[in-house]
Amino acid sequence: MILWFTIVQLVAACGVGLLCIVLGLAGRRPSDLSVGGLALILLLLIAQVVIAIVAPLAGNPPSGSALEYWVYLVSAVLLPPAGVAWALIERSRWSTVIMGIAALAVAVMVWRMHVIWTVQLA
Amino acid sequence: MTGIARVLVIVYAIMAMAATGRSFVQIVREFDAAPLAYSLSALAAVVYILATLALILSASRAWYLVAWVAIGFELVGVLVVGTLSLAVPALFDHPTVWSGFGAGYLWVPLVLPFLGLWWLTHTRNAVAEEIDPALERSSW
Repeated sequence: MILWFTIVQLVAACGVGLLCIVLGLAGRRPSDLSVGGLALILLLLIAQVVIAIVAPLAGNPPSGSALEYWVYLVSAVLLPPAGVAWALIERSRWSTVIMGIAALAVAVMVWRMHVIWTVQLA
Repeated sequence: MTGIARVLVIVYAIMAMAATGRSFVQIVREFDAAPLAYSLSALAAVVYILATLALILSASRAWYLVAWVAIGFELVGVLVVGTLSLAVPALFDHPTVWSGFGAGYLWVPLVLPFLGLWWLTHTRNAVAEEIDPALERSSW
């Protein structure tokens, strides 16, 4: 993984996540802003998939388990669409909160992915 | 299902996914290193999936009971394994979802069963309130 791109993803995911939770608790239904935020996170994750495929070929292989890394990455990619779909079954303020939780979960997973890629404690 | 229940379900779904992913990796890579801990991880993952489904379908009586059992099992699991992992670390030197009361997952596994059981109690009361007026009418 690339450090600055990880940071971009973390900032985006945390920002969108907090924004959605605040908007939701303030009573807002899903809007272009909140759904667009999730779309942005998904776009960044897809770019991360490309990076994860290309980086090892360019001399930047994961130092940890590639299997574990990919389980995280694939799950993370599935989260934003799943969160949006599940939220939109019933359009209410809680749908916006749900999208926020999905975004924060992505942030945690991206962080874990970066740790798997770069830092090995064992 | 009300909106806030959906929030609970999505958190359960994310935990189910995290537990399933992790136990899959553990079992594929090094099951022999810690059969007990990793079997427990897999069991926890299955119960999280079951609890997620049961919460979604908890309007039906059967699934409502399944939800109670699955979430109750989680509560017992996180308390017992959490305590053992601190009291007898040798038994759980390999991580499970419930080690250290779910510390590796920001203690979400510890908080979640309480929220789940609270919600189940809450909905049962709501159902009872809906039924009661009907009963009163029928008795008259």
